[in-house]
Amino acid sequence: MGTVNGMPAKGQTILRLSKISKNFGAVSALTDIDLEVKAGEVVALVGDNGAGKSTLVKVLAGVHRPSSGSIEFCGRSVELDSPGAALELGIATVFQDLALCENLDVVANLFLGHEISPWGLDEIAMEVRAWTLLRELAARIPSVREPIASLSGGQRQTVAIARSLLLDPKIIMLDEPTAALGVAQTAEVLNLIERVRERGLGVIIISHNMEDVRAVADRIVVLRLGRNNGVFTPDASNQELVASITGATENSVSRRIERKTGAAPETTGRPA
Amino acid sequence: MVKAFFDRVRSGDLGMLPVFVGLIVISTVFSLLNPIFLAPNNLVNLLFDCATVGVISLGIVCVLILGEIDLSVGSMSGLASAILGVFWVNSGWPIALAIVVALMAGMAVGTLYAVLFNRLGMPSFVATLAGLLALLGLQLYILGPSGSINLPYASPLVRFGQILVMPHWFSQLLALVPGLVMIVIGLRSRQKRLSVNLSAQPLGALVVKAVALTVALEFAVYYLNLGRGIPWMFGLFVGIAVILNYGLTRTQWGRSMFAVGGNREAARRAGINVRRIYLSAFMLCSTLATIGGMLSASRLASSSQQAGTGDVNLNAIAAAVIGGTSLFGGRGSAYSAVLGILVIQAISNGLTLLNLSSSLRYMITGAVLAIAVIVDSLARRSRVSHGRA
Repeated sequence: MGTVNGMPAKGQTILRLSKISKNFGAVSALTDIDLEVKAGEVVALVGDNGAGKSTLVKVLAGVHRPSSGSIEFCGRSVELDSPGAALELGIATVFQDLALCENLDVVANLFLGHEISPWGLDEIAMEVRAWTLLRELAARIPSVREPIASLSGGQRQTVAIARSLLLDPKIIMLDEPTAALGVAQTAEVLNLIERVRERGLGVIIISHNMEDVRAVADRIVVLRLGRNNGVFTPDASNQELVASITGATENSVSRRIERKTGAAPETTGRPA
Repeated sequence: MVKAFFDRVRSGDLGMLPVFVGLIVISTVFSLLNPIFLAPNNLVNLLFDCATVGVISLGIVCVLILGEIDLSVGSMSGLASAILGVFWVNSGWPIALAIVVALMAGMAVGTLYAVLFNRLGMPSFVATLAGLLALLGLQLYILGPSGSINLPYASPLVRFGQILVMPHWFSQLLALVPGLVMIVIGLRSRQKRLSVNLSAQPLGALVVKAVALTVALEFAVYYLNLGRGIPWMFGLFVGIAVILNYGLTRTQWGRSMFAVGGNREAARRAGINVRRIYLSAFMLCSTLATIGGMLSASRLASSSQQAGTGDVNLNAIAAAVIGGTSLFGGRGSAYSAVLGILVIQAISNGLTLLNLSSSLRYMITGAVLAIAVIVDSLARRSRVSHGRA
């Protein structure tokens, strides 16, 4: 796994959204969103409630179809019209509620829906693969034959992330991966995200926790009221981020910060 | 190993324990009250009786794993026996054709339940409760005014249901098979696991388990062979259970069944076709109910208005629950139906031997079912608090 064939080189753009809009009837949830994710990069998506983060994730996961705009994946223009299509392309999503079956063990959950040899399950091959995957992530799981019900929140998050990696995706999206976790478990998950990045995957992480975001993200993309509202580097101050998220200060401030810190040249931020 | 077992039990993972406790208590009490209870020929009769409701119970296991229920299996089995009698005896069709018609009726009813559940969101409880009445009505309708059809005693079907037992040498050999299979599969998987550096169960434990199983089975077969021997019908029942067990534990379908029963939304997001899983379970349940109905027709040598009524429904459900299949979905096994029906039929057989009136029998069977469900919910609560699903 990891750098198998078809994996784009580090720094190469995997995903490029341009002018994505999504309307629900008269309500426009997203307006002209631009977003770029490169291989081996963690992009944090932040914004207040109702900023459109979840809608954007759902567009990328193939749950919602955008009303307009184009999505480019590995240089090709693509249509994400179903969750299956997104998975097949290599966009994996870890939803906030993890969607694990508590009554099944770790191996069964990892391979759910993609079992090896459907008419006579190859438990041994699956277990070996599960251990390999978890070891690559340096995950601390006591036994892969324990039911999920006996695992802690952080371990469950680990299993959910490992599962999303099973199909060799190029991008994984994490919706609030640390929201329900304690301090130590949060650190574990952040380590995990860094390891996923080292494998050359693009990571999109949604979080309300600025500290976590700054700890792992290479770029922080702010959404506000369904529009891009600036791109920051992790060393931007809390105040700046909050200002951009809430729109409480002049937008010129965010533009100035970007100039000053020499933020990534593909700056997509536009005044809202 | 022993300590691990106690830990498991304490945390609410009871497995087959209630069954063994139940069987021991039941056989002690009944054999004290009436020594005939443990006589070989009485136990052979017991096995004949087990096969009919047991097959129905296998279907119940499937729907219970999904956290659903089918309350109409009794009526479905009665309808199947009526179809068999009417088409085979009254209309003179070939018996195979009558059986196929009954099986197809079962599949159709199962499909109907699945459509009501999947497309209209009708709870299976209500859909099958309606089915209970409707199918009973259909059974009475096709039986017509006579109300009862006798099946010919000399026919292979009735002989299968009443007389045919395995040759003694054959059943003795057959009793060796589970132990041998256990050893062969155990050794092979152990070797494979060790070759890829996975932990494997110790050789000693494997051999002890296999030997214990073989000794127990050989003794049971020997004892039953002192009477008439092992009924072929019971063999058929166990055969279906083995196939179902393979399906549930070793195939993607079975894994999907447990996943849907455990967390339906997670299963859907994992790409499992949830509707098709529900369809397969309801179809399997109704179809197995028709098989059970035909077996009980052959056991009684008649298709009557009483077939499938009374306690058939509850016995089938109680057997699955007593054997360890949870009413709450996500847990269960095919063998739970086999062991559970042994308990249920042992009670009913023992009560019959005591010449108790059916009023008392109903009350006692009802109490046993209630106890089984209480054990299930207490065990579930304990599992939740001990972090076992």
